[in-house]
Amino acid sequence: MGLDFTIIPEYLDLLIAGTWWTVALTVVSMAMSLIIGVVFAVMQLSRHRLVRWPVTFFAWLFMGTPLLLQLFLIYFGLVQIGLDLNAFVAGVIALSLHFAVYNSDIIRSAIIAIDDGQYEAARSLGLSQFQTMTRTIVPQAVANVTPALGNMMIALLKESSLVSVIGVMELTLSAQRAISDSFRSFEFYLAAAAIYYVVNLTLEQAVRITERRSARYR
Amino acid sequence: MTEPIVKIRGLKKNFGQLEVLKGIDMDIEPRQIFALIGASGSGKSTLLRTINQLEEVTEGEIWFDGELVNQKLPHRQRERHLNQLRQNIGMVFQHFNLFPHLTALENVTLAPVLLRRSSKAEAIEQAKILLDKVGLADRADYYPSRLSGGQKQRVAIARALAMTPKLMLFDEVTSALDPELVGEVNRVMKELAQEHMTMIIVTHDLRFAEDVSDHVVFMADGLVAEQGPPSQVFRAPQEERTKAFLQQVFED
Ligand SMILES: Nc1ncnc2c1ncn2[C@@H]1O[C@H](COP(=O)(O)OP(=O)(O)OP(=O)(O)O)[C@@H](O)[C@H]1O
Ligand SMILES: [Mg+2]
Repeated sequence: MGLDFTIIPEYLDLLIAGTWWTVALTVVSMAMSLIIGVVFAVMQLSRHRLVRWPVTFFAWLFMGTPLLLQLFLIYFGLVQIGLDLNAFVAGVIALSLHFAVYNSDIIRSAIIAIDDGQYEAARSLGLSQFQTMTRTIVPQAVANVTPALGNMMIALLKESSLVSVIGVMELTLSAQRAISDSFRSFEFYLAAAAIYYVVNLTLEQAVRITERRSARYR
Repeated sequence: MTEPIVKIRGLKKNFGQLEVLKGIDMDIEPRQIFALIGASGSGKSTLLRTINQLEEVTEGEIWFDGELVNQKLPHRQRERHLNQLRQNIGMVFQHFNLFPHLTALENVTLAPVLLRRSSKAEAIEQAKILLDKVGLADRADYYPSRLSGGQKQRVAIARALAMTPKLMLFDEVTSALDPELVGEVNRVMKELAQEHMTMIIVTHDLRFAEDVSDHVVFMADGLVAEQGPPSQVFRAPQEERTKAFLQQVFED
């Protein structure tokens, strides 16, 4: 049996829906992982142990264990304590927290690297600690590490395929469905790979534009 | 005699074991221009920074505009008290500390808008006037990275003035500048002095101190060693330490 890509159009709807779910999963998780990443980073820099401690715990949990296990834990494990999440939400939570922990590490170092003078200048004008962080320190820190955060977001896109195992009909699972129906594994895996590649290129382009915009003041 | 705007009594400051300020008393009247001089490490910056509480005080009292600056308060209340206080005290730093991600104009409008001094439109209007005053009307949309040191420092002065402070603190604001850029910054300070802004100027530039100030404080080893009008401190110092310091500086 040779390769026959003419089979693909028959399953195009399935693949498009899968792509859509992958993009949705990635974009929502990206946004959340960045926001939570900033919050974690700031919490880790707190003087109060009780504020730092939960982040340290999350970091230990999410850096030290496989993402797959984290997915299972959130999707199947939380049911036992009465939290019945749908698969998409569970996927978003797992991806967000997993990458938030990495993002927060990157952002925290960037915050530490900001000159003390920036903090003093803001406070000397009468800005509160919160205003100083949100308006002067964090924007600079995040802008300074846009490339590193961009790499994380590209990794997130690829790792999102793992969410197929809990039944989210994203691109990988859609391809598998097409395969089990048509028995054409090579064609559909290749098609999925091509689509991932295109989405990836788009994301890389977006990262590059963000990088250029955030570096505009340098 | 008017009530002093800054009143310092028995001020001491330690960094761990190191005693940096050893008991400072000082009164600054509204509209006075203080020059704070002294050898490196004598505690000039520390003294300046205790006034707006960038440094906490170990002992003693600082009063600003009739209010005790270093009152013991619960954390939240202290934060609010400090934010309020600092809105009325402008500070300019040796290394400018402009916000690099904001344009010159945005540097100036940030605090007034965030702290609701004025609407955004009013703040922009006001910022343009201030930038014009420091000679940088045409640089409003520049990011700090595209400004010279002297221009940066003038933006920093405009930024501090935007909160319409009652007191301005200057910590060696020309020390990091190329010599040819010192004049433009000094000119702005001179202008402020002529408008009777109350100022405390820490400087190693004694000629400028003599030119601009109406009161000179010579600090040595964490204490005020001598103070008086510039004509006295510079031309007829009473203390041996002052004489030695001046001699050394003018020899270099
Ligand atoms: N945050 C700090 N921690 C520990 N020691 C400090 C700190 N800030 C200042 N010091 C010390 O306090 C002393 C006084 O410093 P300060 O900066 O007030 O001197 P200065 O008169 O401004 O000197 P310069 O002319 O060099 O700026 C110095 O011995 C300095 O090393
Ligand atoms: Mg100093």
